[in-house]
Amino acid sequence: MTSAPSYSGVKRRGPGDYVVLALTIALSLAMLAPALWVISLSLKENHELMANPNSVFHPPYVIDNYLNIINGGGVLRWILNSVIVSVGTTFGTLLLSSLAGYGFARLNFPGRGVLFVIVLFGLAVPEQAVIVARHQIFSILKLHNTYQGIILPSLSNAFGVFLMTQYFRAIPKELDEAALLDNAGRFKIFWKVLLPLTLPAQATLGIFTFLLSWNDYFWPLISATRKEMYTLTVGMASMQVNFAQSEGVGFLMAQAVFAGAPIFIVYLFFQKYIVTAMSGAAVR
Amino acid sequence: MTDRADQRARWREAAGADAPDWRNALFVAPYLFVFATLLAFPLFWGVWLSFHKADFFSLGPFIGFGNYVRLFHDAVFLQAIENTFYFVLLTVPALALIGLFLALALNANTRLATILRSLFFSSSVLSVTIVTLIWRFVFIPQYGMLAAIFSLFGAEPPAFLTDPNLAMIAIAITTIWWCVGLPMMLFLAALQQIPGDVYEAAALDNASRWRTLVSITLPSIRRTFVLVAIVEIVMQFQLFGQAWLMTRGGPNNLTRPIVLHIYDIAFRRWDVGLGAAASEVLFALILVAAMLQYLASRRGDEP
Repeated sequence: MTSAPSYSGVKRRGPGDYVVLALTIALSLAMLAPALWVISLSLKENHELMANPNSVFHPPYVIDNYLNIINGGGVLRWILNSVIVSVGTTFGTLLLSSLAGYGFARLNFPGRGVLFVIVLFGLAVPEQAVIVARHQIFSILKLHNTYQGIILPSLSNAFGVFLMTQYFRAIPKELDEAALLDNAGRFKIFWKVLLPLTLPAQATLGIFTFLLSWNDYFWPLISATRKEMYTLTVGMASMQVNFAQSEGVGFLMAQAVFAGAPIFIVYLFFQKYIVTAMSGAAVR
Repeated sequence: MTDRADQRARWREAAGADAPDWRNALFVAPYLFVFATLLAFPLFWGVWLSFHKADFFSLGPFIGFGNYVRLFHDAVFLQAIENTFYFVLLTVPALALIGLFLALALNANTRLATILRSLFFSSSVLSVTIVTLIWRFVFIPQYGMLAAIFSLFGAEPPAFLTDPNLAMIAIAITTIWWCVGLPMMLFLAALQQIPGDVYEAAALDNASRWRTLVSITLPSIRRTFVLVAIVEIVMQFQLFGQAWLMTRGGPNNLTRPIVLHIYDIAFRRWDVGLGAAASEVLFALILVAAMLQYLASRRGDEP
């Protein structure tokens, strides 16, 4: 966002600026208000909310709901599941994409061009087009309600291969050739010379994959049907259906905030990578 | 220069770097295996399934286009297609226009603009579950934020999520809140590409801001506009989580999108063949929509 030319290029302020300003403020409030509402609900005791929903507007605000999360409920188990699944997916994707990216960008083998085009075509296939068949295959292999079962389908995503191939192509070939002279093997060149140079791409792809995996809903909903195998996303969904009968609104809201917080912190730290990756995945 | 290039060519030859060698394929083999088994094979298996009567346990008899005929005689499925188009119509233009507005308004190097850009993108990193949880508590009559606002003015709040006319609009608003960051970022990236001297020239000519916007900025980002439209159409066609979690597709199936229909018939009623057929229809619709948009953009480039 550096050296941005203002869309006007002119410094004078006109009535148009105030319209833009007013609209921007209104939109910002619309962005913030729902989140603030949920946070305030999470800080109220259940019985007080039950008696008077408008008590949310004034103190006392308490953190009891958050303490209750740590004392019980499935949330901690679901967070653990989400961590295992997201970390597994991220490492798997980085490994497969880096190997394939190097292969497609640097090495010659029979059918390389055709195979790359086929992989690119895979980018156009939406999850729903394959999900019914995938579910059957995983039933036959008895992979439902396992971590591998939740992780494996994401590894077929072609975006990582596409990204890493682009990145390897941009590295000067002289580096490989110098290493070849030293009689280094293909794998050694990949591992020792080129891979360290791809760290920025690894970071972008890694954070993006982690985020997608953490937030994934459709496949875990279908594959992880046992409560103790729920990921956080599926678990939170299972609770909001019957919130009236469950532990209460304040507690539910506290869980929502608690569940959203980790990914929000990741966002604050890695914003640049996330924006780059999401834009890249959209544009391809 | 040529000497070095020659030398490099000789090294490469000596090392056999450019000759096709099947062993090189070992690097791409792991990914290709996953691609073949978890993407390519299911894609074709899905088409095969859609021509069969199949349930959770077994593949029944081949029935040709039977499932497709059933689908298009199913009033609920037709309703789901209509709902999906309605939802795309509600969300995609709004996302594109609000995204464009935000990009224009926040394309500045100030601290405030940076913070606001982060704010508008921040909802995009949340999962659909959290987003719907938040927005349910905006829309529901009891504990809802809008209900509280309405009662401040002494008005009776409508039941947004159960009113046939409002339910889909409520889901659309939730979706716009969730997704507006990406179009904004794509437009911002495009705005950064416009060379600054064009604006300087316009300023020298004393062009008004509106004139500068209409004759320089907007034409320069036309391609991005098409791109945003395609990306969002493909994405919003796949609406599922918001509808499933906020309304379960109700009232009267009026917020049931195609993906929810697929989920319902394939994974709740276990009519797997029919579900596979419905997913092929969705796939075809997405491809056609993307293709039409793409063609429209090509034509627009050659006046």
